Amino acid sequence: MGEVILEMKKIDKSFPGVHALNNVDFEVKRGEVHALMGENGAGKSTLMKVLTGIYTKDSGTIIYEGKEVEFNSTREAQDAGIVIVHQELNMVGHLTVAQNIFIGREFKKGIRIDDKKMNEEAKKLFDRLNIDIDPTMTMSDLTVGKQQMCEIAKAISHDAKVIVFDEPSAALTEAEIEDLFKIIKDLREQQMGIVYISHRMDEIKVITDRVTVMRDGCYVGTLITEESTKDDIVNMMVGRVIYEEPKTKSQVAADAPVVLKVEHLNAGRMVQDISFELHKGEILGFSGLMGAGRTETARAIFGADPKESGDIYVNGQLVTINSPEDAVRAGIGYLSEDRKRFGIVVQKTVAENTTMADLPNYMKGLFIDRKKERDVARKFVDSLATKTPSVDQMVINLSGGNQQKVVIAKWLCKNCDILIFDEPTRGIDVGAKNEIYKLMNKLASEGKSIIMISSEMTEILRMSDRIVVMCEGRKTGELTIEETTQEKIMNLATRDIN
Amino acid sequence: MEKKKVPAKIFKQEVIVFLVVIALLIFFCVASQDFRKYTTILTIMDYSYYIVLMAIGVAFPLITGGVDLSIGTGLVCYSLAGGYLIMFKGWPTGLAMIVSILFGLAIGTLNGILIGVMDLPPFLGTLCTCMITRGLGSICSKNTGISWPTTGQPGSWFRSIFKYETAGGTKIPLGFIWVLLLAVIMHFVLNHTKIGRYTIAIGSNKEAAILSGINVKFYHIMAYTISGLFAALASIAYSAVFKTVLPGTGAGFELEAIGGAIIGGVSATGGAGSIIGTFIGVFVICLLKTGLPFIGLQANWQQIVTGLVLIGSVMVDIIKKRREAKK
Repeated sequence: MGEVILEMKKIDKSFPGVHALNNVDFEVKRGEVHALMGENGAGKSTLMKVLTGIYTKDSGTIIYEGKEVEFNSTREAQDAGIVIVHQELNMVGHLTVAQNIFIGREFKKGIRIDDKKMNEEAKKLFDRLNIDIDPTMTMSDLTVGKQQMCEIAKAISHDAKVIVFDEPSAALTEAEIEDLFKIIKDLREQQMGIVYISHRMDEIKVITDRVTVMRDGCYVGTLITEESTKDDIVNMMVGRVIYEEPKTKSQVAADAPVVLKVEHLNAGRMVQDISFELHKGEILGFSGLMGAGRTETARAIFGADPKESGDIYVNGQLVTINSPEDAVRAGIGYLSEDRKRFGIVVQKTVAENTTMADLPNYMKGLFIDRKKERDVARKFVDSLATKTPSVDQMVINLSGGNQQKVVIAKWLCKNCDILIFDEPTRGIDVGAKNEIYKLMNKLASEGKSIIMISSEMTEILRMSDRIVVMCEGRKTGELTIEETTQEKIMNLATRDIN
Repeated sequence: MEKKKVPAKIFKQEVIVFLVVIALLIFFCVASQDFRKYTTILTIMDYSYYIVLMAIGVAFPLITGGVDLSIGTGLVCYSLAGGYLIMFKGWPTGLAMIVSILFGLAIGTLNGILIGVMDLPPFLGTLCTCMITRGLGSICSKNTGISWPTTGQPGSWFRSIFKYETAGGTKIPLGFIWVLLLAVIMHFVLNHTKIGRYTIAIGSNKEAAILSGINVKFYHIMAYTISGLFAALASIAYSAVFKTVLPGTGAGFELEAIGGAIIGGVSATGGAGSIIGTFIGVFVICLLKTGLPFIGLQANWQQIVTGLVLIGSVMVDIIKKRREAKK
């Protein structure tokens, strides 16, 4: 590690009603990977947005390369050499890789954009990073992982001295994460200062040199990664260590009836001949790599995507599911991995979201019975321990974990007995994750049956009674929790990949 | 390998639309004897110029994911304003044209500011300027029909830009060359200049464009300014082709232009499009407009058929998107 390249001192920032950053200190040294951790809403992203000129700070100083600086736009920050690789990919799908990398600073020949030169420069950049991507490909044709690599290449091409990675691994496969780490290590060698934001504790241990923790908009402390344990970090983040104990034994009664039976389900390349059973009160984990076809399977069962063939039995009865409406009628609820797009209506209140799937039961003649709606919403807010000032709060103002609870309330309100959780804790912070886990266990013990799709190995191992593993659209194995090991799952998940 | 693939994709769309145009031409030639005349070509051309010009312009807002509904009434408004200056104020034609063009640029820029800076939904913002230009046009012309100088009158030189009459009396649709030239230039602008590239970026992923440090507001305004400019150029073509321009008309012209652009492969949801495709797409509409009466289907039918063709081409776009999403 070299000298300090970037120092943020006593940064303060308020939004109407929220004190987002409260006297926060943060520094990065040359040749260091510095993790920035904290629960969602702790202020990590806000701090980085202040740094890169997206927000202006209320007070405090930023010292960069020995001089006090103040950036008024991402452009100014970029020009100074501070770039951010965003959590959500910021790529223009219709343009080519090279066009994306050099967007905003195209090479020109007169008024003409020199695409040939841009392709060559992009190629050079990829060679330097040991990435194999054709710069003339259209961006939307690349996998998420490759797009991420392009985003990194774009960041580096700015002559960056400080690079901020905002949850870069969230959408990557294991192999892609390894590539990412290789690149980050290279950048560290080149004496760049790297800020790494992530929720994944394992990664922090592998890749970072120091960890700074934030909580509720405040600076909590900085640790040297090598000298600290996971518990130290988690402790600082939440101020407490409570994790649901991992399951070692199935919690399902041996004679529990089969509530959902799927036989020879086919739906395109991603869902080929899938068969499985789900028992009452069971949490069935679906494991596999990104793109294994788990979400597609769930969507086909739920009727959100058309299926080609296959039978679905609910409580022993053959059911026809051609649309989500049919699925809900059969008692199946689906909690999408992308809550904001499919799960909730963020501009509506908690109460309105709760009754959305079951509105006919909350009508008084032609009108919605607001009182009945609020009452049921209040009931679920209490039973699920949703943190919201009132049921009239807009869902957009809730944290990720609490939004997820509103989605759960929606399906419980509709009396769904089979719940499909797709990445139930994605984008949810450590403390709230644990609450969701507890809630799922409680639901299962009350007789609800749960399919849980998860890319996080620890989550699969902690929650599942039984595990189905998929790979490239096929079911490659089924394990009981007693016999499961991480290695066995990985073997099955990668079986067909050469 | 990859290098060839991308242009080939766009090329294909244009080829398909071109083949449709040829097929329509053959169909009408076979179906109607009267259609097979030189004057028919002249009629088609007369109808096509102003729609093509509007379509080239409106392609830019469409590619940003927006729309410009003000171009039809705008066209009439700019034409009335210019014509009024010639007819009642004795201005030379050239100067009046410049006024029309500046007028178009101003309204286009106003649209751009409403949508790009003040964040009005494009549909609403341009609907407002559509109404405003309709009113302004009537005020400019004092509610009467306006004629730009007709052939033979002084200052009528601009008519021969579009339709040149030889000494022997043969009429040559010269306008086609100019309109094609403008289409080629704008095709270049869309694909090889910053304005074009950022127009696509805004339509494809505005957030990404902002975070890349692009002055998105400026380029968003530019897309509408281009649309306004081409509506003004269309107004000159319109004034040159038709004898009299009536206040209160023009509503509906924009739909033919937007239709042409979408048939020509401009994505209805933004992010992609081709100007050459737009150029060809407009001819599908013009051929239907001119050809259907020859087989006994009058104007009302022409609108129905155009509507159906549009549904068809938007469906193609949607199906293509679904396929891509499946990949």
